[in-house]
Amino acid sequence: MLALRVIPCLDVKDGRVVKGVNFLELRDAGDPVEQARIYDREGADEITFLDITASHEGRDTMLDVVSRTAAQVFIPLTVGGGVRAVEDMRRLLLAGADKVSVNSAFVTDPALVTRGAEAFGSQAIVVAIDARSSGEGTWEVFTHGGRRGTGIDAIEWIREAERRGAGEILLTSMDRDGTRQGFDLGLLRAARAAVRLPIVASGGVGAVEHFVEGAKAGATGLLAASVFHYGQMRIAEAKAALEQAGLPIRPMAEAA
Amino acid sequence: MRIAVIDPGSGNLASVKRALERVIGETGVAAEVAVTTDAAEVRAADRVVLPGQGAFAACRRGLDALPGMVDALTDSVMGQKKPFLGICVGMQLMAERGLEHGVTPGLGWIAGEIAPMDPRDEAGVELPLPQMGWNALVLDQPAHPLLAGLAPGAHAYFVHSYALAGGKPAELLASARYGGTVPAIIGRDNIAGTQFHVEKSSLVGLRILANFLRWDP
Repeated sequence: MLALRVIPCLDVKDGRVVKGVNFLELRDAGDPVEQARIYDREGADEITFLDITASHEGRDTMLDVVSRTAAQVFIPLTVGGGVRAVEDMRRLLLAGADKVSVNSAFVTDPALVTRGAEAFGSQAIVVAIDARSSGEGTWEVFTHGGRRGTGIDAIEWIREAERRGAGEILLTSMDRDGTRQGFDLGLLRAARAAVRLPIVASGGVGAVEHFVEGAKAGATGLLAASVFHYGQMRIAEAKAALEQAGLPIRPMAEAA
Repeated sequence: MRIAVIDPGSGNLASVKRALERVIGETGVAAEVAVTTDAAEVRAADRVVLPGQGAFAACRRGLDALPGMVDALTDSVMGQKKPFLGICVGMQLMAERGLEHGVTPGLGWIAGEIAPMDPRDEAGVELPLPQMGWNALVLDQPAHPLLAGLAPGAHAYFVHSYALAGGKPAELLASARYGGTVPAIIGRDNIAGTQFHVEKSSLVGLRILANFLRWDP
């Protein structure tokens, strides 16, 4: 059985974790490499870095972070943020990322995903979609961290990502992000019904039951940032909840 | 010991090199890893690893584009019987042919062809594709040296939409279940291949790589 994936996400700016909290076992809560190692040891099934750096210098710093992480963490690593060209993808993949995620650039240049999939394979290309409810059973795509509406229907946009050659969808509910009220299950069900691609749910986790709900709504990957980051929940607790609900997981004992 | 990791031009080989180096450090096996596009390096190596990502046809083209590489590979692996490990599309290339983007010949070392998957659950509902994530291994030949120390049900990281079809049971070392049986590790004699990313499969993958370093087929 294919296990559900529990995926911690780290927001990184200029090579440092944003909003770091000092866990006891961490020497430096701001070091994304060390944070990734802790998550790996705790049983994370993948690690996602979201680079929120604005400057070019910061982007080079990110490549170093990716490279140092990949040298120590032998699980898949996805990196997103500021990916606008095939060359951006190439640099990240060569540095050690296994997947790159494309967000705003998929709106401005949808063919980028096709070019990336042709160059590196669909398995390496994630399309990240930020969606906000726009009525009963409909959602609109937002960009720029959820600030800018596009008028595009999110479900149609997920289909477009599949047509363009994406290998996975990272689907964030902007309504739920930061609320800790759980994933937008209607959005996940609609996405699951629309495409065959694996869907990673994001936005809203506040309790372990939310992972179970997300999985039952059709997500195969379950991403959370702040609850793990602030130590309000451990990865093992999320996995235990999934297991108790009869859902397949990769056990902690197999983690580094 | 020299380990040649062939670069068919398709992906992130740094991870394969890093994982091998980590295992070399842990096992104390005296070995050097070289990522190479040079057929002479393969001829000089003691063990050969062929990773691959993306499409079968593109990987095959990448391999064919390296002067003398297919001959060096064939001589080293089929002739001199050097231990060989294919990873992901590198494993798929061991088959007779691939059906992704037209029919492309494989190396023909393992029976079967690389065909599109169409996984479905018991009710016939489509399962997500690609298969992306950690799946439990069924150890079909648990006594094989590459599987030493692995527990039944150990998880490995898969990403693929095509899989080996029409293989020989004797060449199936381990498999996974995803709407049916998916070949996970294939092999015979001195050759083996993993459909999953052994370099991204945490302790389970590192154990398989350690087994490969010690393998004396």
